[in-house]
Amino acid sequence: MNFLKKYNKQIKTILFVVLLYVIIAVIDALGNDIPRVVVSVLKKSCIYALLAVSLNLLNGFTGLFSLGQAGFMLLGAYTYAILTLPMAARESVYYMYGTVVNFSLPLILGLICAGIIPALFAFLIGLPVLKLKSDYLAIATLGFAEIVRALIQWQGFGKVTNGANSILKYPGFKKIMPYALVAGLCILLIVLLLKSTYGRAFKAIRDDEIAAEAMGINLAKHKQMSFVISSFFAGIGGALLAMYQTSLSATAFTSAMTYEILLMVVIGGIGSVTGSVIASFLFIACSEWWLRNLDSGTFLGISLPIFRNGFRLVVFSVVIMIIVLFFRKGIMGERELDVDRIGTFFTKKIPSMFKKKNKEGDLNK
Amino acid sequence: MKNVLHVENLTMQFGGVVAVNNLCMDVNEGEIVALIGPNGAGKTTAFNAITGVYEPTNGVISFMGEPYVRNTPHGKMKSTYAGINAETYASQPKMTKTPDEITKLGMARTFQNIRLFKSMTVFENVLTAMHMRKKSNLFTATFMINYKEEAEQRRKTEELRKLVDLYDVKDELATSLPYGKQRHLEIARALATEPKLLLLDEPAAGMNPQETAELTAFIHKIRKEFDLTILLIEHHMNLVMDISDRIYVINFGSEIANGTPAEIQSNPAVIEAYLGGDNDE
Repeated sequence: MNFLKKYNKQIKTILFVVLLYVIIAVIDALGNDIPRVVVSVLKKSCIYALLAVSLNLLNGFTGLFSLGQAGFMLLGAYTYAILTLPMAARESVYYMYGTVVNFSLPLILGLICAGIIPALFAFLIGLPVLKLKSDYLAIATLGFAEIVRALIQWQGFGKVTNGANSILKYPGFKKIMPYALVAGLCILLIVLLLKSTYGRAFKAIRDDEIAAEAMGINLAKHKQMSFVISSFFAGIGGALLAMYQTSLSATAFTSAMTYEILLMVVIGGIGSVTGSVIASFLFIACSEWWLRNLDSGTFLGISLPIFRNGFRLVVFSVVIMIIVLFFRKGIMGERELDVDRIGTFFTKKIPSMFKKKNKEGDLNK
Repeated sequence: MKNVLHVENLTMQFGGVVAVNNLCMDVNEGEIVALIGPNGAGKTTAFNAITGVYEPTNGVISFMGEPYVRNTPHGKMKSTYAGINAETYASQPKMTKTPDEITKLGMARTFQNIRLFKSMTVFENVLTAMHMRKKSNLFTATFMINYKEEAEQRRKTEELRKLVDLYDVKDELATSLPYGKQRHLEIARALATEPKLLLLDEPAAGMNPQETAELTAFIHKIRKEFDLTILLIEHHMNLVMDISDRIYVINFGSEIANGTPAEIQSNPAVIEAYLGGDNDE
């Protein structure tokens, strides 16, 4: 009993996470009875949750404003697709250039490589770039992402990257569960890191660089560490995204993709892991599902001539503006989601919204 | 008595301005030494050179007998250098250290305008400062293999927190503390790095006489408890005269006097620097 009491909160959190996974398993088991849009929204949300958390590790927890995420995702995605492409499919995919990669790795190994290669690049890029601060760092990393995108499409690398042609026929997950498991495992690792003494050092750098350095925290080393780890997970996220898309082309990984992820981090709360996860599910559901019909003529049973291609984005930006205006620090701020708080939210807060406001006399009680 | 900090011919020149000129200073084990001077005298600049924030233009600084910073005017500074002793160290290799390396040697500092980790609680602020002395690496820390060390760090933090009179504020945000307590917390955080020499930059700034008196008692207490040597910059003369074993007075970057509080109080050069001399036009 003592054990239960001491770890009460942890047990509740674990049960809550298990419950979420059970729901995903049920959706998976139902298969074709579930609308396809729900399945794809869930898959994509899992991937973006990982990407948002990895960017949050850098932007929110270490205070390094980097916009290179799309570049590292692209490296991860290509690494995965190139290394795991089955031998049988190589000839038809690389019909223009031929290929120099004459081996094929199993899926899990490919995923791990998809993390390691971007991490290596991050290490090399980080040496000069992390000496920069705030906006300058953002511009340098943004430039890196654009350079990577251009280089991958370059014909000179055709034998490896297939130039501007897309890569197809690489293996991938079919169900939602594997996406959720990989993303969940990666997020768990990031959470463990943030809870450790290194996480505290990262936060110290974010709060006050000068004080952190005076307390013996080596700025260059810790910034580098955060940058490399973030890129590792961005690479894995990129590989998952490649699996989800089933065909991979560098043109899709524009800087707009980084902004989308950054938006999720900001909406969820800079410095909150659960905030990023919640925000990515809401963001993807909104853009891919709930507001989809705004583009197709009829929305909630109303049909107006204004509901046509692109209107969704107008509504979407208004929604984001409202969020930014009323939740300055994002949905979660810097807090984390507390399972107990979800309980009280449903049992106390929502009913109290419908009750009349307390009379003044009650305040004295 | 063992020498803890030895500053030799320290000169700090920014462009044409000589902020610290040929400062020589010794701090011995167990002493409380104060560095005083009128506004703009170069006290904080000297402090920043000692803690590695600035790279001195000329001079050597040693800790426990080991030089850790050494420089001589070079490059463009060679022709514009306005201090003395330019050639003294020209033949010796240059040495620099970043602030975190200097903290690792065993010197911790506080700041004139308090710099706490704003988003963290009192407990986390102190705990974070223990990061430097950890033995775990990224892998063991992430997978909680270092749980023993972590528990030890937490226990030490608790001890330290109680020693510096922050009893019932464990989980409060550092910035929500009253001003005097924030000073205590900053000192606690510096102590968490296990220093031999504590450098306090105006610890009593903005404090009223009663708080200053408390701070005096507090500094005595931690010195005894942690076997510390202390170097401080301060404007509150009551505090300085009460607490210091020796005092260095600087004005316009140069030392004008040094000695015990009684000697300093009767030194005409010091009185002139603070109150202005008769010969001023």
